[in-house]
Amino acid sequence: MEEIDRRIINRLQEGLPLVEAPYAAAAKELGISEEELLSRLRALLDSGVLSRFGPMFNPEALGGAFCLCAMAVPEEAYEEVAGMVNAFPEVAHNYRREHRFNMWFVLACETPGRIAQVLREIEERTGLPVLDLPKEREFYIGLRLCA
Amino acid sequence: MELTDPADLALVDALCAGLPLVPRPYRELGRPIGLGEEEVIARIRHLIEVGVIKRFGVVVRHHELGYNANAMTVWQVPEEEIDRLGRRLGAVPEISLCYRRRPAPPRWPYNLYCMIHGRDRQWVGEVLERITRECGLDRFPRQVLFSGRRFRQQGARYRLCAGGQ
Repeated sequence: MEEIDRRIINRLQEGLPLVEAPYAAAAKELGISEEELLSRLRALLDSGVLSRFGPMFNPEALGGAFCLCAMAVPEEAYEEVAGMVNAFPEVAHNYRREHRFNMWFVLACETPGRIAQVLREIEERTGLPVLDLPKEREFYIGLRLCA
Repeated sequence: MELTDPADLALVDALCAGLPLVPRPYRELGRPIGLGEEEVIARIRHLIEVGVIKRFGVVVRHHELGYNANAMTVWQVPEEEIDRLGRRLGAVPEISLCYRRRPAPPRWPYNLYCMIHGRDRQWVGEVLERITRECGLDRFPRQVLFSGRRFRQQGARYRLCAGGQ
């Protein structure tokens, strides 16, 4: 990644200006043209460095329900169980972690009731218990990374 | 808060795919839903103020930026101390996320969570030891879980964004 791409990411993680021509305003700060900024943003999205560009919503405000879940999966069955869990469209992301509880995923559903239902279905399908660890309070949600 | 204003709902739905990469993105966004450029800007500003939009800008994939040492750390903290400790931990600059979650005892008694995203594991470990001491968390049971392979990361689907992302 070029230096200018890093600067673009670092600047635009802080937020896009709320003015009529926001890219032109940001480009000016970065010392490049609006066309260059737009084409670099497109390239960063295409290559997957940026997952998206725009708003990050508070899911609860949009009527959704979310829950972090964990499972202790026997190593020899990991791939198989991962396939079963990921087959549920409600599984938003799934990470392997180095611990006895080695599978961590987030359920994103339309309603809280649906969360409980999907949890039961995953337990039935995999034959393994699932810990549900709903969020009770956010203290900080920055997640700005220096590029 | 739950959104009820039809124009806000239409705007949120239009924003689910992200902001258009064109010189006048707010005008473009408003056109199909019958909102003018100024009104789109004012409504987005309001949605940020009331917390419906938590951030408005680029969202990075951390692995692609070389952040491959990512530790989720959890502590088992007494109820009466958790909010104070969470605020303190959440104010540490190296922390990227800090939450309180419902514990699931006896298998998982932990209730305070934080994420540290780093480019190498040693740095993450050093930060973790320092903040554990500084925040007074060394009295409590702790687990550190480094992340391995990411199996799936898709944009969350919301009711309002059906088919959006």
